[in-house]
Amino acid sequence: MSETAIEFVDISKSFIDREGQAQTVLDAVSFSIPKGKTTVIAGGSGQGKSVTLKLILGLLRPDSGAILVDGTDVTKLRRKKLEEMRTRFGVLFQGAALFDSMSVFDNVALPLRERTRQGEDEIGERVMRWLAQLGLDGHEEKFPAQLSGGMRKRVGLARALQLDPEIILFDEPTTGLDPVMTHEIYELFARTQQQIGFTSVIVSHDIPGVFKLADEVIILDKGKTDVFSSVEEISTSSKPHIRDFMQKTMGEINRHHLVQ
Amino acid sequence: MGRLSGTRFVMSEGEGRLMKTSASRLSSNPLNRLGSWAIDTVSDLGRMTLFMLQAYRGCVRKPFRLAELLKQIQFIGAGSFLVIFFTAISTGMVLGLQGYYSLSKFGAEGMLGSAVSLTLIMELGPVLTALMVAGRAGSAMCAEIGIMQISEQIDALECMAIDPFRFLISPKFLAMIISMPLLTAFFDLIGIFGGYMSGVTLMGVNPGSYIEGMRTSVTNHDIFLGFVKSLVFAMLVVWICTGRGYLVKQIRGAGFGAESVSRVTTQAVVMSSISVLIFDYLITAILL
Repeated sequence: MSETAIEFVDISKSFIDREGQAQTVLDAVSFSIPKGKTTVIAGGSGQGKSVTLKLILGLLRPDSGAILVDGTDVTKLRRKKLEEMRTRFGVLFQGAALFDSMSVFDNVALPLRERTRQGEDEIGERVMRWLAQLGLDGHEEKFPAQLSGGMRKRVGLARALQLDPEIILFDEPTTGLDPVMTHEIYELFARTQQQIGFTSVIVSHDIPGVFKLADEVIILDKGKTDVFSSVEEISTSSKPHIRDFMQKTMGEINRHHLVQ
Repeated sequence: MGRLSGTRFVMSEGEGRLMKTSASRLSSNPLNRLGSWAIDTVSDLGRMTLFMLQAYRGCVRKPFRLAELLKQIQFIGAGSFLVIFFTAISTGMVLGLQGYYSLSKFGAEGMLGSAVSLTLIMELGPVLTALMVAGRAGSAMCAEIGIMQISEQIDALECMAIDPFRFLISPKFLAMIISMPLLTAFFDLIGIFGGYMSGVTLMGVNPGSYIEGMRTSVTNHDIFLGFVKSLVFAMLVVWICTGRGYLVKQIRGAGFGAESVSRVTTQAVVMSSISVLIFDYLITAILL
C-alpha cells in the first residue's frame, strides 16, 4: 500500500438551490488519493467533481468531515496556513484561467515573481526552459486570446508547475479539445509526471479516454463514491449503479431506438 | 465536439446554480418574498462590508505593488482628464451665463466670481467628477473584475496563494482615493476658468470683481468640505464598482456568464451614482 497524499473523511457538502431546497452533492464521502500516482475522479455532470477539487484547495468548506493533506486537516486551517498549503498545489483550471491582460511569459512567471525571491534573470531562464519543453517557444510574447485551446492548456500547465508542486489538480483538462489534442495533452501529463513525480488528481468526464492515465479511478454518483484500482475492475463491477454508469458512458448507442 | 462542449455548458450552469447560497424563494406569499428579499439584502450588505475590509487590509499587505498602483492612477486619473475637462468647462460656462442672468436682476453681477467658485468647489466639482469617474473608470473596473471572477482567474490567484485583494483590488482602491481629489481640484479650476470666459469675456463682468469676489468668499472650510466629499465619493465608487464585480457569482438575479457581468456593471454604475448623490446631501448637512 502506497502512501496517502490526500484523504477525505466523511465529507458532506450541500448547496441551497433557487427553490430553497438543500441539494446534497457529497454525502459522507470517504476516499484516499495515493502519493505519486494519478487518480481520476469521474462522474456525470453536476455530481460534484469540481466541488471536490475546490474542497481540497480550501476554496469551499465542507458541511462536515475532514480533508487531510499529508495529515493536516485543510478544513480547519486559518487563512495564512491555507495560503502556505496552497503553494504545494498546482492547479490547471477548466478554461486554463490565464490572466488575459498578461503575456504568456508573464502568466508563467507570475507565481515565481510573487511567491519566490528569485531574480528576473533566473525566472526568465526557468520560464523559457519550461515553455520550450511544452512546445511553446516563440509564443512567449503572445496574449492568451491569441492562442488555441490546446496551447492555453499547455501554458496553464507550465504555470501550475512553476512552484514545484507536490500535487497537481487538473479540472477537466481536455474539455473543448479535439481527440488528437486530447491525446497530446495526456502524453504531456504522463511525461511531466514521470519527470517530476508529482501526485496528480484529474477531474474529467472524458470517459474512457482519461482511464489511459489512471492508476486509480474514483466514480462520483449521487453523493457517493466508488474507488477502483483498475479499469477492468470498473467494467466487471457488479454494482448496478456502476454498470448503469458504464453503460451510459461507454455503452453502444441503440440507433434503432433513436429512429423510432 | 459539439456534444462535449454542450455537456460542459450544462454542467457549469448547473453547478453555478447550486453555488448560489442566497435565500431566494420563488414563493407567491408576499410575506415570504419580503422575508427572502430582506435576507438577501442583509447577506449582500454583509458580503460587501467584508469585501471592503479585505480590500483595505490588502492596501497594507506586503509586497506592495507600486507599478500596478501607478498603472491604475494612469487609467483612473490621467485617463479621465479629457472627459473631466469638457464636463468642467461646459459646467463653468453655463454657471457663468446662468449666474450672470440671475445676479443681474439684482444688479449684483460683481458677485459672479464668488457664486461660480462656491458652487463648483462645494457642490458640482466633487459630485460631477465622481459621476464621470464612476461612468468611465468604475464601469471598466467592475467589468474587468467580473470577467476575471467568472473565468476563474481570481480562483487561480488564490490557488497560487496570491491574495487577490493585495494583487488586484487594493491598488484600485488606492489609485481611486489618490486620483479623485486631484481630478476634483482640476474640475474646480477648469470650471472657474469656464465661468470667467462666459461671465467676464462674453458678458462683460469686471474681471477684477470676478477674481476678488472669489478670493474673499471662498474659505478654507469650503475647500475642506469639497475635499472630504471627493474623498468619500472615491471610496464609495471604488468600493461599489469593484465589489459588484468581485461578487458577481453571488448576486441574486444577476444570471450567468457574460450576461451577469453586463448586469452587475450597470448595477454598479447606477448604485454608485445614487450613493454619491445621497452622501452629497448627508455630508453637506453635517459639515456645512
